Parts: sequence; structure tokens; C-alpha cells
Amino acid sequence: MEVKDANAALLSNFEVFQLLTDLKQQRKESGKSKQSSGQQNLNTIMYETLKYISKTPCRYQSPETVKEFLVAMKSHKLTKAEKLQLLNHRPVTAVEIQLMVEESEERLTEEQIESLLQTVASILPGDPEEQQRDSAMETEGRGGQ
Amino acid sequence: MFVLVEMTDTVRIPPWQFERKLNESIAEELNKKLANKVVYNVGLCICLYDITKLEDSYIFPGDGASHTKVHFRYVVFHPFLDEILVGEIKSCSQDGVHVSIGFFDDIVIPPESLQQPAKFDEAEQVWVWEYETEEGAHDLYMDIGEEIRFRVVDETFVDTSPTGPSSAEASTSNATEEVQKKEAPYTLVGSISEPGLGLLSWWTNS
Repeated sequence: MEVKDANAALLSNFEVFQLLTDLKQQRKESGKSKQSSGQQNLNTIMYETLKYISKTPCRYQSPETVKEFLVAMKSHKLTKAEKLQLLNHRPVTAVEIQLMVEESEERLTEEQIESLLQTVASILPGDPEEQQRDSAMETEGRGGQ
Repeated sequence: MFVLVEMTDTVRIPPWQFERKLNESIAEELNKKLANKVVYNVGLCICLYDITKLEDSYIFPGDGASHTKVHFRYVVFHPFLDEILVGEIKSCSQDGVHVSIGFFDDIVIPPESLQQPAKFDEAEQVWVWEYETEEGAHDLYMDIGEEIRFRVVDETFVDTSPTGPSSAEASTSNATEEVQKKEAPYTLVGSISEPGLGLLSWWTNS
């Protein structure tokens, strides 16, 4: 076996999530596999990886939101690795942005960090229950005034 | 966290599987060979992404099976240096905090990379961050099962392929072999010594 390129492309968690769910669907449709002993490793790794990714914000993403996010990120001049981390983690605080973006104090002003957080929160979908709770609290606040 | 790796390999399809579509048999064989396995200096293989090229299949004398050279791409878990990951604390010991991501367990955060000052609580066998504020010191415990955000600072690949019989050290080889078997082929070293890293509950606004 030969490895031609150990770093051909970076994959986002969402892409791996899609791939594994499709694969799971395919295998379910084709019926029980004949040599289940050989497939045990694949089953294990698929199950564990899906379990992990399902706990991250990636499960609410779709190809369109990812594309929208990358287009919106163009203006901020971030490296590929930084954009990937923002996509995978969906940060909500400035301290998380500082972790993922190298030398963020020098490259981004406070307003830029704020606008980055806004873009992330608006384009990337978060937990729908949390968002409902947040919007309900907002309307309550306005109603109280 | 995941990368696409281009590889080539020769896949052997036994004759009783000739009725199946070649692509399916090859995909199954590749997954059987690589899924959930660590490839030296590459990472933990997850599953097949796609087959890019199939060369001609040959049948060799003496073996009825077909041998096909396949160019394919595989999804591999290989976090890049300084990447931020979120995992779960599996256990704590004197040599640090052990974190797991579900499908990958060999992540360790050594004591010097914890938020300082930190001490090891012998009674509960957990690491504690002694957080100082104006009011006094708070003890933040790193309990098992808690989600933790850490940065990948180092990775180690160990070649665990069998070394073959060594006749010179026949009696000692048993002991050393056992020690070698316990070593994980791929380990990650993490760090949480920056603001924002550590238990998620330490940094949430609410």
C-alpha cells in the first residue's frame, strides 16, 4: 500500500457527517452484510464518529449554509485552517475567536471580532431549541418595556 | 480534524465474489483493511471517500482471485498542529488528564500544560485548577465526563508492526513484547494553558 498524498484536502466535520450518514443509509438498504466479522471495525468507527459529530453544531448545517459562510468569511482574510475551525466549532464568545484565529489582537480590531461573531451566529445554525429560547426572551424583554 | 488522504493499493477479490460489482467489492475490501486502523505517519482511518481510478485486473497463475490496483481517497482523522478540539475527560492520573473523543482515546494533557496553578487531588484522583480572584482561591475540579476544550500541541506515531523473531533475546523478549503491545500507535498531546481552554463550563457566559 502506498500513500500518495497524506494531506490532499481538509474536510469539515459536516462533510464527514454527511458521508457517514449516507454510507449508513446505503448499508442499511443493502441488507445485512454477509461478512459481518470483517465489517465490525467499520461499524464501530462509523458509530463512534457519528456519535461525536452529532454532539457538535455541524448537525444543523447544510451545504448551502457552509457555502454562504465561506463567502461571508472572504472579507475577513482568515487562513483556511481558521475558517475550518470557525465552521466546526461555531464560537459565540470573543475568547473562542482569539483561540482559533492566530494573533487576533494584531489582525482584528474589537469591532471586527464582534462582526465575525455576528456573522457566525447568523449564518451558521445553532441549536434550534436554544435559538427559540433566546428569541422568546428577546420578545419578552421588548414586551416588558 | 479530518483530512482526505490519497492512497493506492492492490486489492485481491476472491472468485466467489466475481458476481458482485467490482466497485462494491473493492470498497468493502478497502474498508475492511483500513477502517478504525492507524496508518503510520498518516492518522486514524475512518472510511472510504471515493475510488478515483481502477487499473486493469490481473489473475496470476496459481491463484484464482483477481488483483486490481486501486487509486482511492480515504477519510483520516489527523488534527493539525494547534487545532482546537472538544473532548470528554476520561480519567486523571499523575501524568496528566486523559481525554477521549469517542472514536479516539489516546489524548493526554500533561500537568505542565494545565491551567496554572494546578494540583492533583489524591483523594478524588482528579486534577484541580486553583483559580485566584480578589475574594480568594476557587478550586475548579476537572471531573470525569466533563467536556473539555484543548489545543493539540504534539502528535506521536509509533510503528507497531511486528518485529519478527529475535533469537538472541528469547527470554527477555516476552516482557518487552508485552510492554510494546500496550503502546498506542498514535497519541496526541494537548494543552489547556490558554484563556478559553479547559472545561466548557469555566468559560460560558451564562
